[in-house]
Amino acid sequence: MQPTSRSFPANARAGLADPVLQQALGLARTGFPQRRLEAIARLPEFEDLREEGRAIKDHVLAHLDFYLELYERNVIASGGHVHWARNAEEARAAILDICRAANAKIVTKGKSMVAEEIALNEHLEQNGITPVETDLGEYIIQLRHEPPSHIIAPAIHLMKEQVADAFRSAHTELDPARPLGDPRALCDEARTVLRPRFLAADVGITGANFIVAETGSSIIVTNEGNGDLTQILPRVHIAVTGIEKVVPTLEDAATLLRLLARSATGQEFSSYTTISTGPRRPGDLDGPEEYHVVLVDNGRSALLGGEFQDMLRCLRCAACLNHCPVYAAVGGHAYGWVYPGPMGAVLTPALVGVGEAGHLPNASTFCGRCESVCPVKIPLPRMMRHWREREFAWKLSPPVYRSGLRLWAWVAQRPALYHALAGIASRVLGWAGIHRGRFRSLPLASGWTAVRDMPAPQGRSFQSLWAEHRRHQGRSR
Amino acid sequence: MNTARDDILGGIRRALRRGPVSSENGAELHERVATHRRNLVPARAAALGHRSRVELFIAMAEAVQTTVARISSEGDIPAEVARYLAAENLPAELVLAPDASLDRIPWDQRPLLQIRRGRAEAHDAVSLTPCLAGIAETGTLLLASGPGTPSTLNFLPDTHIVVLHASRVVASYEDGWDLLRNLNNPSPQAGEVDRPTGGPEGADGAPLLPRTVNLITGPSRTGDIEQRIQLGAHGPRRLHIVLVEDAPPQP
Repeated sequence: MQPTSRSFPANARAGLADPVLQQALGLARTGFPQRRLEAIARLPEFEDLREEGRAIKDHVLAHLDFYLELYERNVIASGGHVHWARNAEEARAAILDICRAANAKIVTKGKSMVAEEIALNEHLEQNGITPVETDLGEYIIQLRHEPPSHIIAPAIHLMKEQVADAFRSAHTELDPARPLGDPRALCDEARTVLRPRFLAADVGITGANFIVAETGSSIIVTNEGNGDLTQILPRVHIAVTGIEKVVPTLEDAATLLRLLARSATGQEFSSYTTISTGPRRPGDLDGPEEYHVVLVDNGRSALLGGEFQDMLRCLRCAACLNHCPVYAAVGGHAYGWVYPGPMGAVLTPALVGVGEAGHLPNASTFCGRCESVCPVKIPLPRMMRHWREREFAWKLSPPVYRSGLRLWAWVAQRPALYHALAGIASRVLGWAGIHRGRFRSLPLASGWTAVRDMPAPQGRSFQSLWAEHRRHQGRSR
Repeated sequence: MNTARDDILGGIRRALRRGPVSSENGAELHERVATHRRNLVPARAAALGHRSRVELFIAMAEAVQTTVARISSEGDIPAEVARYLAAENLPAELVLAPDASLDRIPWDQRPLLQIRRGRAEAHDAVSLTPCLAGIAETGTLLLASGPGTPSTLNFLPDTHIVVLHASRVVASYEDGWDLLRNLNNPSPQAGEVDRPTGGPEGADGAPLLPRTVNLITGPSRTGDIEQRIQLGAHGPRRLHIVLVEDAPPQP
């Protein structure tokens, strides 16, 4: 999909003014963080596991070429095929070729963020192949022709009424008067409608949460079972995944799996964790006859060895989205591409360019919650700062902003001047706001005062209190 | 022109400012993979004796809406299955995994149970399968595909019944990986029949994993609509474990 990250400010304003979105986000704000907290409270080793998860991923990234080659050898040994794709275009072409060779008309899909990243569905449709999303959330947004708003809960921006509307307009073969008032009925209808598609599909496409070098396997983690029906029923299974998903052994996968579900949904373990190795074996009564893996680089290898390498540890658990005050206020669509929230604010500029997505790393309060909940300790705020620095260095931010920042930097480097100016400003504001205690509007600060009052400064400045505190300490010693 | 593969691997090496992994370093990495050293394994299940481990398994499974029936011998399986189907108001019909481990179950005790053996088809409502192990730390079942255990049985029917022997309850996923690696796969790949080890192998002579390994923790579920959990999204709505309390494994 074409990124619209340039219009983040407008997207965000629209999100804030959307009552349905705000209602839906309200449900998300409390649910995910609470369940995560309860899950990690039950596992005393959780913090140590985070450290181990970080170390495993760092080890892999330092030897990524080695593990990818070992993985490839083991896929081939198990009878599977590996396709390497430098970019989205090559990945789409590889998948289309496999589908054409299989003479595919219907393709079922398990949820895959890489498939979103490479805009696979549009490409298949343009070439006469019908992709059917089978994850309930993905199915809903496919019917609504919109991108996912969350990396593990793609339809989190909707309430059940919107889902019911989408089902009524899509499932015209069903009784229009049927009741669709509650999630149970909607879930049952999706199950009924999708079951024949699962059985009719010629090719099943899934992502992979991990690929295992030791065994040549792909691992998917789901709750619905749709990914499994996608990969065992059709004649051909294609797993499409990023090159950074490789782990050395099943033991390493186990450590990361213990982190993943708890961080994502607060479950002890997702309902289904499935390890797939090659095509069906002699004597097997089911399973795909062909097994393909498409390894997608698409800008990932360029992040190695630099200040954004840590981002390649990401497990796509969405804990950073679920704990982000900005995401919780504006929702995922505001970010304008595939990956929203803090992880998207770091990854999107890397994949589509900081010129396109420069707003995203600026859409952060730097409160640090994302880093504190990340299962592999990615320093997200630090990397957003790196993007801001680049944006400034490459002269991508607006001139007014740049000269303001330069002026501020000039003053801030001269402490005496800074204190004098800050003292004057605070005295003037304190005097002007002495009656009300706050300002409804202020010149040059309408961005702040349009949505909230500005408190008037009261009492003495921190600097002078601190100086006095130090003097007291000096005397008492 | 370079292939995509060469470009990607070359790009990785350039970014890491080095050439291909040296043979010395490569040997170390191969060693790391071959020994499959365990990372930190939570004490929750690993620190328990067999009896408490089984109790933990049951508690964790029930916490995610799996139901568990404890019986004292395999001979009681048909009665338990008939009881369960009646209690859930399900027809007395099931598709049974064609695995030899289920052959000794005395199904003729319950002649009213209609049994078909094979993979699951679209119309099958209830399946019954064996499993490799129960994993206590999260109440997870470990199932591996093979000629006797088609994976469709685990996903297509609305109700999945699994026979688990208490002696096969292990502590951790890592214990499950060891079981998988030691499976003696009886059906070598075409062209590999004369291999002395018998089973199919990966690139470095390690045994090949079964085609599909399922770790199943509770019935299918979704929270995609308003984050309200619904069971039976696409996979089974019900997961029922028949736990045969056989003698614990000898230490």
